[in-house]
Formats: sequence, structure tokens, C-alpha cells
Amino acid sequence: MADSNNNDAFVEFERVQKSYDGENLVVKDLNLSMPKGEFLTMLGPSGSGKTTCLMMLAGFETATHGDIRLNGKSINNIPPHKRGIGMVFQNYALFPHMTVAENLSFPLEVRKMGKSTREEKITRALGMVQMNDFAGRRPAQLSGGQQQRIALARALVFEPELVLMDEPLGALDKQLRETLQFEITNLAHDLGITVVYVTHDQTEALTMSDRVAVFEDGRIQQLAPPDELYEAPANSFVAQFIGENNTLEGVVKQVKNGVALVQLDSGEVIDAKPVNVSKAGERTRVSIRPERVEYNKERMQEGAHTLKAEVLEFIYMGDIFRTRLRVAGKDDFIIKTRNAPDQDRLKPGTQIEIGWLPEDCRALEA
Amino acid sequence: MSDIKNATTADTAPTPDDALRTADVAQKKGPVLAADGKPLKKSLNRALRLQKMRALALIAPLLIFVLVTFIAPIADMLFRSVENEIVSETLPKTTAALARWDAKGDTIPDETIFEALYDDMFFAQESKLHTRLGSRLNYEQTGVSSLFRKSGRRVEDMGEVYQDQFEDFDDFWKTGENWNSIMGSDEWLAEMQAWNANPDDRQPRFVLRKGIEDVLPATTESYERFAEFVQVKDEDNLLKEDPWAIVYSSLYADLTRADTAAISAYNGPAAAQIKAAAVAAAGFETVNLSEAFFDIDKDWGDIDVWRTIKIYSPKFTNGYFLNAIDMQKSIDGPEMRPENERIYGILFWRTMVMSVSITLSCILLGYPVAWILANLPTRSANLLLILVLLPFWTSLLVRTSAWKVMLQQQGVINDTLVWLGLVANDDRLVLINNQTGTIIAMTHILLPFMILPLYSVMQTIQPTYLRAAKSLGATNWTAFWRVYFPQSIPGIGAGSILVFILAIGYYITPEIVGGTSGTFISNRIAYHISSSLNWGLGAALGAILLAAVLLLYYAYDKIVGIDNVKLG
Amino acid sequence: MKLTKTLLASTALTVAATGAVFAQDSKSPVAGMEMANEMTIVSWGGAYQESQLKAYVEPYLEMNPDVKVVWDESSGEGVAGMRAQSEANNVTWDLVDATAADTMRLCDEGLAMEIDHDEVLAPAPDGTPASEDFGDEMLVSDCFIPQIAYSYTFGYRTDVADWNGNAPTKICDVFDLENFPGKRSLEKRPHNNMEWALMCDGVAQEDIYDMLETDEGQQQAFDKLETIRDQTVWWTSGAEAPQLLADKEVVFGSAYNGRLFSLIEEQNQPIAMMWDAQSYDLDGWVIPEGLDEPTLNRVKDFLWFATDTQRLADQAAYISYGPARKSSAALVGKHAVLGIDMAPHMPTNPDNATNSFVQNYTWWADYRDDLDAKFQAWLVN
Repeated sequence: MADSNNNDAFVEFERVQKSYDGENLVVKDLNLSMPKGEFLTMLGPSGSGKTTCLMMLAGFETATHGDIRLNGKSINNIPPHKRGIGMVFQNYALFPHMTVAENLSFPLEVRKMGKSTREEKITRALGMVQMNDFAGRRPAQLSGGQQQRIALARALVFEPELVLMDEPLGALDKQLRETLQFEITNLAHDLGITVVYVTHDQTEALTMSDRVAVFEDGRIQQLAPPDELYEAPANSFVAQFIGENNTLEGVVKQVKNGVALVQLDSGEVIDAKPVNVSKAGERTRVSIRPERVEYNKERMQEGAHTLKAEVLEFIYMGDIFRTRLRVAGKDDFIIKTRNAPDQDRLKPGTQIEIGWLPEDCRALEA
Repeated sequence: MSDIKNATTADTAPTPDDALRTADVAQKKGPVLAADGKPLKKSLNRALRLQKMRALALIAPLLIFVLVTFIAPIADMLFRSVENEIVSETLPKTTAALARWDAKGDTIPDETIFEALYDDMFFAQESKLHTRLGSRLNYEQTGVSSLFRKSGRRVEDMGEVYQDQFEDFDDFWKTGENWNSIMGSDEWLAEMQAWNANPDDRQPRFVLRKGIEDVLPATTESYERFAEFVQVKDEDNLLKEDPWAIVYSSLYADLTRADTAAISAYNGPAAAQIKAAAVAAAGFETVNLSEAFFDIDKDWGDIDVWRTIKIYSPKFTNGYFLNAIDMQKSIDGPEMRPENERIYGILFWRTMVMSVSITLSCILLGYPVAWILANLPTRSANLLLILVLLPFWTSLLVRTSAWKVMLQQQGVINDTLVWLGLVANDDRLVLINNQTGTIIAMTHILLPFMILPLYSVMQTIQPTYLRAAKSLGATNWTAFWRVYFPQSIPGIGAGSILVFILAIGYYITPEIVGGTSGTFISNRIAYHISSSLNWGLGAALGAILLAAVLLLYYAYDKIVGIDNVKLG
Repeated sequence: MKLTKTLLASTALTVAATGAVFAQDSKSPVAGMEMANEMTIVSWGGAYQESQLKAYVEPYLEMNPDVKVVWDESSGEGVAGMRAQSEANNVTWDLVDATAADTMRLCDEGLAMEIDHDEVLAPAPDGTPASEDFGDEMLVSDCFIPQIAYSYTFGYRTDVADWNGNAPTKICDVFDLENFPGKRSLEKRPHNNMEWALMCDGVAQEDIYDMLETDEGQQQAFDKLETIRDQTVWWTSGAEAPQLLADKEVVFGSAYNGRLFSLIEEQNQPIAMMWDAQSYDLDGWVIPEGLDEPTLNRVKDFLWFATDTQRLADQAAYISYGPARKSSAALVGKHAVLGIDMAPHMPTNPDNATNSFVQNYTWWADYRDDLDAKFQAWLVN
């Protein structure tokens, strides 16, 4: 998906800046464009500015500079309640003094809809999240997952075109989170709504989104579909932040035919794909995903550089094996292998050789 | 099953295991046994008992303190609102005799009741109780106070006719020693003589001579009371005291009764004198006691006085309570007081209405303040909170007096308004000595009690609720009114209960700034406690006030739920 | 022996104004008996208590240096306090200052000790027994030991423009809103007010109490009060009344004459006093029932001194209340500080007493509960 095609952009941030204290910028020069129907996730560590962006979009914060457009119209001066954006909060924000049905009825009532319309829409919305039986309950009588379902239904019941979700699953346990991730994505696609989703959980970002915007230090570090983000991180922050990653540091010896020769600090030489390096002599940080590391010679590509490694620890994790190695003088090199019948279980102390495809090993900026 | 029952009834205090017990009972299971084979309940109870004892020991000092300084005085005060023993204790014979009198008729009691009254009154005035009873009955019937005071002064003279005649008839009757020898037992007389020689020890208590009460029943009774009074109350030497006039009246009554057999059979000490006196007494000049009482005050002929005594004869009365609701006891049962004496209904109603007004003003003024406090950063909030609490640090009297200076017609507020040209100089606002003054001053004084609970509740309302509401399309007002406000109701409830209950019993402020239209029922209670000394009525008013508060509390619990009250 | 001695000057104190220094010329009847050395005296506080302190407590302490006097300013709550102490069986007050009406109530309740005035109080210097020197109108109760006569009189502002230079001279001017417009203040209780109302409605002084016993008479009094009710501020504590006048809240109001005196003479406020139909009231000592022997002796010893002719006259140098003894009148001198003659300011002064009336305490003891209820009902309705 190409970056900005302004004509069919539904949500647009243009040169948006935000400062709370007049000294530091929390959001620095943010540019973002989303087409209709997209599920976009803002991912980043806390304090990276992602939530601020969401709040500016929702209207609870005003941009210090720049323009935010919805459907082509600037919404900078439109109060939140007129923006028509649905929102789901981390702590659900269900009104405790109202029943589930009353909570859902609230946005419809303020839109002055008739009783029958309201009931119909409420039933439909509750149906979407399979919560029809709970219409008469109070939020306090529901579990966390149920509450978030209701919160979702409430954000959808008035049929907004854009829904914002602020770490909606943050307070739930893992299993529930996975179920709901699945449900939310399906619902969003079925209804064709545009979703901006904020999370600091990369798995969630990867599994749910059409595109992920990785935030750090008030900027978008990379905006890309999940696979691209994972496999082709644009810089070492993204590489570090998304998924598990082994890094080795060294100096570029040469760049030729799209392959960079990197001499590691420990002396060995390896092949890597140059991403943020262009010429010899640059310091670099190469990154290899643990599951792309191969040690079985038969499965290794011919001509690949290999490194000597010593097995330090073998961790059985059920679906996969996780093995910690000493490589190039570093003790934290991890490899992951599928738990298959023919798979070896490496014993600590064993000396092995490891290798990878040059395109799996990305030479990033130091 | 029975084991569970026992365990449940053995300890009535609620404990954490109550839920367990009830659950078990509900499920109708047999007792669960612990590892040692005893019922689990028992083992658990034993384990919990130690915990309970420790908890009890921890609260014991406070519990005792509260019981002694709070519960007991209140209970005592409440008891006064029904207690009425003074009438039957002071006039035992009269009240007993009055039981036979038809109060609904239109004739005043007959001579026998006046005889009883003479007896009672005589002893009452000796122990100076008659004026006390007079003031008690004066609450119910105007004029009784002086009636009793006057009668007490002259009742002593009434029996002197008999005393004089007996003494004139025979010098024997003049001295206490002779009387003692007739009335006292020989052993007691001997002890008395011994004590008289060496009066350091305690005086031997008077012991009646055996059989004398059959011969001279009335005299015996009077003499015993006389002896007890002299020995116990006055701590005088009985040997040296001459009997009171009433003893002679009793003697006259005994000697002139129709049945003379006992006297003629009498052969104890001074038998000759008694028999001689009995003969002479038949010819004595007599006193008509009712006439004598009428002579003291014609009010003794007023049937209403007698009705009042009869109505208030029982040991307990609902009279104070009736009085407290503008009613009175009459011979036909409770009835409303005359229109021009009804005051408590108005005062109770006014106290309620004004307390509600004060509570509402506190909500109106306190809500925005609490809201700001809850939405400010902690540092500034704490500073503002100190300002809110500032009034607590000055004396109530000072604050109220300050309001007086502020609100009076020549006061600061009126001066400012006149200076601003908002009010004409000769038409200054009356802000004090009326309800306005009370409401203004009390709202100010009670405001912190509203702000604090509101603040603590508002602190717990997360700002995301408002955001959520706005994101759902609500305007600022709708978001506030439908989402924020309902959640702050527990704070309003707690604040209102506090303010209302404090207001309803307020006394100093209404007294100072309330004038006539801004005073509360508590001012009337204070009047009865410290000025009119009608403690019974004060207690009844207080009890009604207490009941009203409890009732409102109960109603609040039923309607809003007391769990919804958050004080912090 | 810490006893009363001859020729002990009451002396080097501030008594300069009264001039003559008198010796105590008689011994109290309890002289020589065992006496407690501490005594708790309850009084009203303020200027009145100060006058008691200067006139006889300090001189007494001078003569009896071992004695310690503890003051309690609770006379305002005196009746309730004595009842509470008596019920708790813990009498801590030894001598209480009370009004005549309160004393009557205390006496009826059995809370105050009945005394023989001739036995407890010193005779006049000329030998007249105390009961005669005080006189029946002072000895209103067997428990009452009179000190002073004060009066409820009216003060008015002298700077009221609406009055066109007129000043009120008659009690009925209180009810005359036409010639003397403006707010008035009256005490918030029926006493005096009811009598004044009837007086100004044409009832002769001697018939007032007979009238007040009837419903019609009471109604007549209320009707008369009704005519000024809108213009009336009701006061409850003695300090309030002069304050209202000083603050211009009212132009005309009843107050204790002593308080008005200090407003006029000591604070120089534009206020004057009207001596007409002022109501006498009395204030004196009561001895609580239930004192132990030594304490009672001390109290009696003190009273013998404190209520003698000279001491009561001395008190008048500090406060403009009339001494309760006839024999004291001639000894009243000048104000201790201001140096003005006190006699013209005394309610007992013949010039002031041309048309005074004495409250009927006995009558009020009977009618107080009834009329108070009616009065309060009238006020709230």
C-alpha cells in the first residue's frame, strides 16, 4: 500500500505537532494518510506520542500546529461530540450507573433517535458481540472481556465510519485478548469501518492491522503492513521493537550486488542485505530473526557464510524450541526451531555452525 | 443440623464465617467434619473466637468511652421524656385515693382525698418536695406552682388543732420521749438510751413496738415516717424531737374510729393515757380538711387541678411527647392544644424546611468547588482544600458573630450594596434575624461537610467517562448531566446526609442570627433544658428529632442505598 | 486564725472613689468554725462580675489571704447547671449569682438552700435586722440573698432624623410608630413586654396581672404587641440589646440599665435613657443545696461580709445598679473611674423611680410556662 494518495484519504494528519508545555514536542511533524476501511495500528512504547495522536483525532487534544482532516474536511475546530467518531477505551469507560442496554442507548439518544430504532440498533450491536443476554446487566456485573465487548458495541452502535481504540485489550488476560483481537478485526472488516488502534503490544499490532505505524520519540518510524514491518524493518529501532531479534555489530567491508559484506567486531565476516548502509567503512548493526537462523548443514544454502556457535541453553516451549547460543563473543544469540519429529534437540556445550540467507540478515544503521 | 443451629445461635455477632454458615444451612447439608472428627463449624468458631476477643479488646476503650459519655446520657435523657414518678412519689396516698375518683364527673374529690392530700403534703413539705412537684405540674396546669408553694407553707398549721387539744388535755402528749415509749420497741429504747449517753456511733434506727400498729394504725404510719425523717434526713436525735402535728391528727383519727375494740384491749405502755385520750377525743373540735385547703387557695376547688393530678398520677406518661407535638392529655384522652399554644409542629416543620434549604444551598455552592478541586492537579487542589477547611479552624461563635456584622442593616453587605447604588439607603435589605440570615450563616458553616465527601467521590470518577460520553456524541452538558452527575450522586448523598443531620440539630447559629422566624426546634430544646427546666419536654423534643433523623436515614437507605454513600 | 478582724481596710484597692473606708463592724455567725479555704463563685462575667470582684471579693481575700476564690462565669446557665450538678450528686458550685425569678425556680426545685435572712445576713449599721433592711420586695424567696436591683429600661438614639427633634419620654412611645418610627428591640420572652403592652392599652398598673390571668387579657397584650411586631428585633442575651442600639440596627430598645449606662457614659454613644415604667428586677446570691459543712461556713462567712451595707454601696461605684439594702443608698458615691455621681443613674433613685413597676415574680412563676408557650407561638405564627 503506497503512502499517501490524497484523493481517497479518509483520515489525514498533515505536519501535526503537539506540545503540552511549550518546550518539548510530544508529537513531531506527523504526516499520515489512511484510506477508508483501513485498520491502522499505532504501535510504540509508552511516551512515544501514539495516544496523543489518537486524542487529537478524537478531539480531546488540540494540535499545536498542523491540520487533521477527516473525509477531506479539517476537524481541528470541531468539538469531539460532533466528529462522529466511535471510541473504545482501555478501561472500557462503560457508564457504571447505566445498564448495558442504557449504555448502548446513550449515543442513540443524544442523536435523538426514536425508541424502536434504538432498540433495533442495540439488539444488532449486541448481536455483533454476542452479548444479547446481558442487556439488563450493569457493567459491574460483567467480566472484563464482556465489558470490553459492550464498550465495542457501544462504539459501533451509532454506526460511525471511524472507530478509535485506545489499548482496548490492555487489561485482559492473554487468551481473552487473542479471542477479542480476532473478533475486532473481523467485525471491522465486515462492517467496513476505518479503525485507528493504539497498542504497545506488537503481536496485537501485527495480527490485527492492515498497516502499522511504529511510533518513537514523537515520530512515525515506519508505516507498513505487518509482514513488511517484520521482515523488512526500516531501521534498528523497528527491528528491535518488532518481534525477537538477534543483533551483531560490525563494520561494512563492501557493498556489492545488493549484498553487504560485514566484518563483525569479533572478526568473522558475514553477508547481509544493506538497508541503511551504503558504503564501506560504515558501522552497522545487523539483525537476524531467530527463526531464520539455520544450523542444519543440509538445509543451509550453498555458499552462505557461517559462524561458529556454542549451545548454551535449550528451552523447550512446546510448539517451538528456543536455543541460546554464544556467537561472535555474545551470549544472547537466540535461535528458534519448529518442534518437528525430525528436529534435533541441541545439547548445551555442543559446538555448531550457524548460517542464513543474506536477504534475511539486514544491515541497519548502528 | 442441630450442631449448626447451636453454633449459629451461640454467637450472634456477625463474623466472616456467617456467610459460610448460612450457605451451609441453606444447602441443608449435614455438618462438615474437621480432621479431628469434630464439626468443622465448631473448630472454625474456636479458631475465630480468639480473633474476636482480640478485636473486642482493641475496640473496648472506645466502646466503653462511647457507652459512658454518649449512649448512657442519651438513654438517660430519653428516659426522662416518659418518666413521671415524681407525682406518685410525692403524693402516694392522694394518687392512690384519686384512682377511685371519677374525673369525668363535675364534683371535686371528697374529704377522704383531702385527708390523703394533707398527709402527703405534710411530709412533702417537710422534705421540701412539694414545690418541686408544683413546678412539675405547673407545666401542665398554670397556677399549680404557687398553689403548692402556698399550701406547703400552711399545711403545717392545719393539724395543730388536734395537737393543741391533745396537749391541753394531757401534758403527757407534749414530749417526744413519751411518744417514743409508746411507739418504739423496748430493745430500741434501750439502745437509744445507750447511744444517747455516748452519741459518737450511729444512731440506732427506730424499731416499732410490736402490736402497736393494730391499735393505732394511722399514728404508727405517721410516726414511722416522722422517725425516719428525723433520724435519716435531719440526723437529729429522735429522743429530743417532739412529733409533728400530723402525728396528732393521725392519733385523733385512730382514737375516734368506729371500731374501739383494739384500743380497749390495749395494755401496753401508756394504756391509761391512750384510753383517756380516746374518751376525750370524741369531744374534740375537728377540722374540715377540704375547707382548710380551700381556705389556703380556692384553686383546690378547681376540678382542673384535680384532673391534672389524676392524669399525671402514673409513673410513666406520654404527656411530654403529646406536648411536643402540640397536644395535651385531657380527661378524655389526648387532644390538640388551643390554637394559640401550638408551636412545636411549626418549629419541627420549619427546622425540616430550613435544613433542606441549607442542604440545597450547600449542594449548589459546594458542587462546583468540589468539581474544580477534583480536576485540579494535586498540589493546587491541596491548597484550595486548605481554604475550604479554613472555617473549621475558627470558633463557631466567632464565625457566626462575623456574619452578624456582615449581614446587619448597617453591616458590610448592606453598606456595599448602598454604595453600589443597588439598594436605597432607607430601604436596606433585612438579611439577619430571619430565615435568610440563618440559611446564609449555616450554609457557610456547613459547606465543608458538603465539599469534602463530594470531592472524594469526584476524585474517583475518571475523566474517560466524560470523554467516552463526548465521543458518543454528547454535548458537554449532556455528558455532565447524564454521565458525570449520576456518578457524583453518592457524594451528594453523603454530603447531604451530613449537612442535613448537622443542620437539623443546630442551635448556636440560629439562636444568634435567626431572630424569631429563623430559629430551630433545638433552640426550644435548649430553652427547656437551661431555662424552663422542663427537661422531660426537652427530652421528648430531642427524642422526636432523633427519631426523625433515623427515619430519614432509613428512608435514604431504602431509596438511594446507604452503600452508595461515600465519605472518602 | 484567718478570720475576719476588726479594722481591716477594704482599702488600698481602687476604692478611692467611695472615699470612706469602713471597717467590718460585726463578726459573721460562723466565725471561729471550721471553714474550707476554697470557694467557687458563679457569676455573669463582664462588668458585673468585675464590680463584685472589686467591691467585696478582693477586700474579702485581703482579709483572708488563705482563701482562694475560683470564678465561674456560668450564671447564664446557672439554673440548668445547678440542676445537673444536683442530679449528678456532685455539687461543685458553692455560691451562685442568680436573678430573683431563677432563684424562685431553684428554690421550688429544692436546688437552692433556704436561709434565715436575719441569721445569715448582717444587720444594718444602725442595728436594723437584715430582713427589714432589705425589705419584703427584695426578699422574694427564702433562698434569695439580694445584692442589687436593676431595671429593664429603654434606651433610644438621640440622632434619629425622623423624630423631628422629639425624644420619647413615656413607655407608650415604644408603641407609637407614628411619632417615633424605626426599629425597636425587646427581649424575646413574655416578661415585661406583656405588662408594658397592657399598660399602654389603658390598663391600670394594679390590674395588669389580673388581666393577664385571663385569655382576653393575654390576647389584648398580644394585640398591642402585634402593632409593633414588624418593627421589632427580639434580643435574647443582655449584651445584644445595647449592641443593637450602638449599631443603629434599632432606634429604641429595652435593655438592662447598667448596660445602657456604660454605653452612654463610658462609650459616649448618642444614646439616652428613658426612665418610665421601667421594670425592676433583682439579682442576688443563692447557696446550692448540699454543700458540706466547712464550705457552707466559708460561704456564710463571705456572704455576711459581701452583703453588708458598705459592700453593697461600694459595688455601686462600679456599676449603675442599685444596692438592695435601704441602708446602702445613702452611701452610694461616685463612679470609680469616671468620677460621676452614681446616684442619678440608679434605678432605685427616687427621680428615676417615679413611675416604675415591680414584676410580680410569684405570678410569673405560675404563668411562665403557659405564657411562654403562647408568646413563642405568637412569635412564630
